[in-house]
Amino acid sequence: MSPDSAPAAQEPDIPAAVHGLPPSLWALFLAFARMSLAGFGGVLVFARRAIVEQHRWMTADEFNETFALCHFLPGPNIVNLSMVFGSRLRGIAGGVAAFAGLLLPPTLIMTVLAIIYARFGDVDVLRRSLAGISCAAVGLLIAVVFRMMTPLLKRMDAAALILMLAVFTAIGVLRLPLRAVLLVAIPLSIGVTSLMRRKVAA
Amino acid sequence: MTSENPIWALISIFGLMSLFAVGGAAAAVPEMHRIAVDVHHWMTDKQFADAYAIAQLSPGPNVLIVTLIGYAVAGIPGALAATLAMCLPTALLAYFVSRLLNRPSQSRWPGLIQAALVPLSIGLMAASALILAQSTDRTIAALLLTATVALIASVSRINPLWLLLAGGLLGFAGIV
Repeated sequence: MSPDSAPAAQEPDIPAAVHGLPPSLWALFLAFARMSLAGFGGVLVFARRAIVEQHRWMTADEFNETFALCHFLPGPNIVNLSMVFGSRLRGIAGGVAAFAGLLLPPTLIMTVLAIIYARFGDVDVLRRSLAGISCAAVGLLIAVVFRMMTPLLKRMDAAALILMLAVFTAIGVLRLPLRAVLLVAIPLSIGVTSLMRRKVAA
Repeated sequence: MTSENPIWALISIFGLMSLFAVGGAAAAVPEMHRIAVDVHHWMTDKQFADAYAIAQLSPGPNVLIVTLIGYAVAGIPGALAATLAMCLPTALLAYFVSRLLNRPSQSRWPGLIQAALVPLSIGLMAASALILAQSTDRTIAALLLTATVALIASVSRINPLWLLLAGGLLGFAGIV
């Protein structure tokens, strides 16, 4: 057994897509449109919920790896995720379907709001409601971070947890510049992961 | 770089900006402000702040603040051009990189790199949650709301929309 498949064996959540047929293009479009329209204050919360918990298109680990890749590539990470995720299930057409589902409905809404704003131009009530929504959105973000951590906690992956904590402290608490932190953290993490895998394989 | 047609200006500016926006759309907001308000005078400071609020408040990825900037510059075609320029090039890049990494091969590097990025990505998300909390939760009531939502969303499978709605109502009522 290759070291790559070892964690998957302990993971109880087996994605339905692995066994069943991949979803149709229309289903992909609809799923991403739905998570996008639900995504007030960020889509990640709803994307993870739909992909991992509801449709079981990916395991928690696969989602983490796909999101991490999209997070470290330039550009809006959820938009990247839609393209990468859709294309893994249904090729480039699937990528475009998910991308269009994610962007088309909210762009239309946003354009209508822009027209309304240009006419009336006062968003004070909006801003007051926004203050409350932002507080709740931060709470949701904290919860999704915990959920994304669970595969690491279940495996008792000490090295990964320490790295995660170090990045959190460096950026969140010490406010060190992102570029410098990543310049140290990425090679370090690759080195540690490589060492751990060699140990598992040996 | 300055072109007569505002659509081309939008496409070249946001297309280029997206390629340097590592770490998500939130990281690019200060740069958007600089370009839209200080350099090109497309919007006033207040208009930009309102656009940011509207983008946060509406559904969809928060990067869609560019739709509003595009609309302010060149109407509906501007809105569409800015959105696509900000989103499409990097999505295609992500597609090619992901295909490269997931190509069946003997190399153990692609899997290794992706696995190594996971803890860093989660650490970064946790850091942005902390930074956001520090800027949003300025009162005890706001802090309590955030903590309550985090707890409920962690232990239950309630649809997050209800929690956002509750937050919006509390904000509307002036409680937080």
